Amino acid sequence: MNLNFGNLFGAFPGGIAQGLIWGFMALGVYITFRLLDIADLTVDGSFTTGGAVTVMLILAGVNPWVALLCALGAGILAGTVTGLLHTVFDIPAILSGILTQFALYSINLAIMGMTANKGLPVDKYKLAVTSRNINSSILTALLLTALVIAVLYWYFGTEHGSAMRATGSNPEMSKAQGININTMKVIGLAMSNGFVAMSGGLLSQYQGFADINMGRGAIVIGLAAVIIGEVLGNALLGKRMNFAGRLAFISLGGVIYYLVIVIVLWLKLDSNYLKLLTAVVVAIFLSVPNIQAKMKTSFSRAGKRSVKSSREVSE
Amino acid sequence: MSTMLKLSGVSKTFNAGTINEKVALNHVNLELEENDFVTVIGGNGAGKSTMLNAVAGVWPVDEGSIFIDGTDVTGLPDFKRAYLIGRVFQDPMTGTAADMQIEENLALAYKRGKKRGLSWNVHPEDREMFRERLATLGLGLEDRMKTKVGLLSGGQRQAVTLLMASLQQPKILLLDEHTAALDPKTAKLVLNLTKEIVESNHLTTMMVTHNMKDAISIGNRLIMMDEGKILLDVKGEEKANLTVEDLMKKFEAASGEEFSNDQALLSK
Repeated sequence: MNLNFGNLFGAFPGGIAQGLIWGFMALGVYITFRLLDIADLTVDGSFTTGGAVTVMLILAGVNPWVALLCALGAGILAGTVTGLLHTVFDIPAILSGILTQFALYSINLAIMGMTANKGLPVDKYKLAVTSRNINSSILTALLLTALVIAVLYWYFGTEHGSAMRATGSNPEMSKAQGININTMKVIGLAMSNGFVAMSGGLLSQYQGFADINMGRGAIVIGLAAVIIGEVLGNALLGKRMNFAGRLAFISLGGVIYYLVIVIVLWLKLDSNYLKLLTAVVVAIFLSVPNIQAKMKTSFSRAGKRSVKSSREVSE
Repeated sequence: MSTMLKLSGVSKTFNAGTINEKVALNHVNLELEENDFVTVIGGNGAGKSTMLNAVAGVWPVDEGSIFIDGTDVTGLPDFKRAYLIGRVFQDPMTGTAADMQIEENLALAYKRGKKRGLSWNVHPEDREMFRERLATLGLGLEDRMKTKVGLLSGGQRQAVTLLMASLQQPKILLLDEHTAALDPKTAKLVLNLTKEIVESNHLTTMMVTHNMKDAISIGNRLIMMDEGKILLDVKGEEKANLTVEDLMKKFEAASGEEFSNDQALLSK
């Protein structure tokens, strides 16, 4: 096997740009997964919706930045549907997300004119981000990420945003404080999917096409970024990490995730196994805290202690 | 004196039409005057907590109406009537958001039932007031305002919840066995705090308890419940002179059966 380090480092800037875009999506996933305590599977669909809306609007002559804002709106709509299914009709959150995601497949195809893939002639338009100019794309993605982190930091410090955090932390207490937790969940899901769709819009501009399958597994990638970022942040900053720092590390988690993929591809491993690899990594990180708890206390440990102590008694 | 709370003909049946059907409240009538401090006792399943939950609006009642300070709240879910009610729960984990700081929790409670806008949650001008109120608890929490509530003990969390319930003057304070999950020493501390907070804020209060002695010694009025009904309702002088034995005799006379609640007997 012939591995060329020049190729590896040559691929890093592109990996960073795409990682920042996925990190942007992870910030949306963080809102639902960590703050609202909902695993929202809508994102697999809304990510593609964002890409589809962006590409179709740009092809129709709309400014690429305006197209991104429209993607944001489309994502907000998708999240609202999931939220209403969950809160008004009492469908479990995870199933509500699956239903919306399933429906979005048809809708995304319809947006793209019933084709599975829609290309964007990248040289014809002045795109927000593009693989043709990786350095400026990284800068743009960084600025956008910083902007979103600032907005999230501000919002979740306000009365309204704090009520949303309380909803995720303790729904009973929130209701006793007069918070309409259903409204909060809908707004949170809408906001989250808005950012996710915008991220899909960014990726479609960067890669120069939208694809019906571009969002497949987005939730897992988002979780991977959240987890990598949190583990890294806790290791480096520990208790000194504030909310903005946490968000920055999640974005960094997206970059690290994507650089790992670049390395895996460089090692000439079959990229078809990437999803398996990602799932295994996410499963391991999700289970680490639970395994640590079990190391301290479990039935099998209690049983062993019991056997040991009764043996000591009989001796 | 105005009527602060009025329940008229309130009924609630759980699991209606199934083998587990349970009439939890059976046409309950009750009126609380302003500044009444009522203790509620009764055996397990007597309907004490159910009555508090009916007032709090945890679920809709089957029959009857509930008025708080003259407002008909029967058709309002819990979060919409929260502006009238302060609540402390049996489980110390329920009343506070563990992932949020002490001052953030207090700020949330200070806005109970009010519009939550896009200004900063913890207003700098409120922080000093929060600190002073925390200091009155005597637990040293005024120096730990940025600590996450999840790091506090059960007793500390119950004390913070009490403060939160009274921060925004409620029309009625509902205490649902709020000392039952605490060790005896902490329970006593929280009970004393309860008395102080209720007195200094002139709160109309309903407190469910398993402890007959507490039920007699605290408040100006005592209610005993059984099978979803109010069996006994004593006030003022008559209540002040009650003993646990009296209470048990009265229960037997009213219900025609022996008072058989181990927890209540043991905790006398």
